[in-house]
Amino acid sequence: MLNEADLTALAITLKLALISTLILLLLGTPLAWWLARTRWRFKFLLEAVVALPLVLPPTVLGFYLLVTLGPNGPVGGLMESLGGRPLAFTFTGLVIGSVIYSMPFVIQPLQDAFSAIGRRPLEVAATLRASPLDRFFTVAIPLARPGFFTAAVLGFAHTVGEFGVVLMIGGNIPGETQVLSIAIYDHVEGMEYVHAHWLSGGLLLMSFLLLVAVYALNRKFRMVQA
Amino acid sequence: MTIEARFRIDQGDFTLDVDLSLPAQGVSSLFGPSGCGKTTLLRAIAGLEHHRDGYLKVGDMVWQEAGLFVPPHQRPLGYVFQEASLFPHLSVRRNLEYGVRRVAESERRVSLEQAIELLEIGQLLERKPDTLSGGERQRVAIARALAVSPSLLLMDEPLAALDVNRKQEILPYIESLHQDLDIPVIHVSHSPDEVARIADHLVLLESGHVVASGDVHEIFTRLDLPPALDSDAAAIIEAVVSGHDETYHLTYLEFAGGRVTVPREDLRVGSQVRLKLAARDVSLTLEHQSGTSILNIFPAVIDEITAEGSAQVTVRLLAGDAPVLARITKKSAADLALKPGKAVYAQVKSVALLS
Repeated sequence: MLNEADLTALAITLKLALISTLILLLLGTPLAWWLARTRWRFKFLLEAVVALPLVLPPTVLGFYLLVTLGPNGPVGGLMESLGGRPLAFTFTGLVIGSVIYSMPFVIQPLQDAFSAIGRRPLEVAATLRASPLDRFFTVAIPLARPGFFTAAVLGFAHTVGEFGVVLMIGGNIPGETQVLSIAIYDHVEGMEYVHAHWLSGGLLLMSFLLLVAVYALNRKFRMVQA
Repeated sequence: MTIEARFRIDQGDFTLDVDLSLPAQGVSSLFGPSGCGKTTLLRAIAGLEHHRDGYLKVGDMVWQEAGLFVPPHQRPLGYVFQEASLFPHLSVRRNLEYGVRRVAESERRVSLEQAIELLEIGQLLERKPDTLSGGERQRVAIARALAVSPSLLLMDEPLAALDVNRKQEILPYIESLHQDLDIPVIHVSHSPDEVARIADHLVLLESGHVVASGDVHEIFTRLDLPPALDSDAAAIIEAVVSGHDETYHLTYLEFAGGRVTVPREDLRVGSQVRLKLAARDVSLTLEHQSGTSILNIFPAVIDEITAEGSAQVTVRLLAGDAPVLARITKKSAADLALKPGKAVYAQVKSVALLS
């Protein structure tokens, strides 16, 4: 069964995934909206940057983050000179890493959902006296609801599953930066297969249920809109 | 009160270049084949497309000029799109309220109840748009646009997406708009029938240019313009119901040129109706014929004659001051020695009631 360290790792994992997803939804919504609407000719450059974590080995991303956030890096050095401590090997560092790592999983469903709305509903709202911000909140966001759900679940699930980035910038500090995937790795290293089974099986089940929820709800949304 | 619109819109292979003055009352129709720029012009008037080279003044409100562009949500207009475009996530009631809630109470001249009643959608209020028929959806869309108390109502082919029966369902509502509410309407259409029914002022557009703009009766019967030369050319006549003949089941209509008799229609005496006289149904005689089965014969004066193809001519007549078209053979025109100024009798084989 699960020991106390496993439960702590579970709590940290869920906290990390929740915070990262919330930050991504907050930052990702305006960015996805802009990407869906802009006619800027170099928009593809930004889209490529957003998609980068999809193909980049997590260790590469983790390495650059470690260099940046560590005591000798620009951000870590700045933090230290301001009396703080470098972000590497902290929970905050993990959140920054997760936000970057899971970005495409949140931005792309949102961008697709905003694009799918088209211009017409927003034009209609404009002729009904709604200002641009008003239109965004009362038309664009409600109509993109399935996209928000997909984005939240994928962002959450992907953060729960990360390993490489966390290992590079978070290390493996129990109670601070040790997440489930790393706890599993530790158990396997220590030949504690029963623990590894419980945690792995739990993650497998959770990931599956989340995806079932996404696909079932997307089907419902599609049927409602058809 | 007028609507002044000047736009020069360059879209690569297409240029819209118009300078229009429309009456700020009644229905003005922008009429032309698809691709002539009528929808682009309507969108520019709404401010949905922002083109730097434009001037737009509606009554005493300037909506666009050099250095000024009032965004669409700050223009007191209503817009009905070709597809109803109801918000799918809101009920009919919430769709209607969407605009109303954003209009200051002091500016509400059309009440929500009035719009609901006019379009007869009271029983649909709690439904979601995806459960409505096409005609119902378009009625809700029109009510939604009216409920913001617009100073100008813009309609982009509001009937084009509907089948014939649904069109017949919606047209009476559009006709009643400018009788019941004093809101000027600019309406885009490529259907001559639709225009004949509802337009007061007609703008003919062709590849981005205004070919003619004027009173609909005048434009339909001008021999230098396409509508009068079409094989379906017709004159539009305004008439008043003057009485009924119960013995023979007939209805009498008075217009500027005399009396027209049609099969009994259930119309109130004194009500206004619009008639269509097809040019090919009008023949000419020099004397008042007796011993004919044709009931509708009235005196007219020839105004203009234009040769049409090799065998036919189109004659523009004035019956009273109402212009009427007659399509006859060139031979008949020569035999009767028809020329402008000559008095004749017009015999009308059939009259279509438009409203």
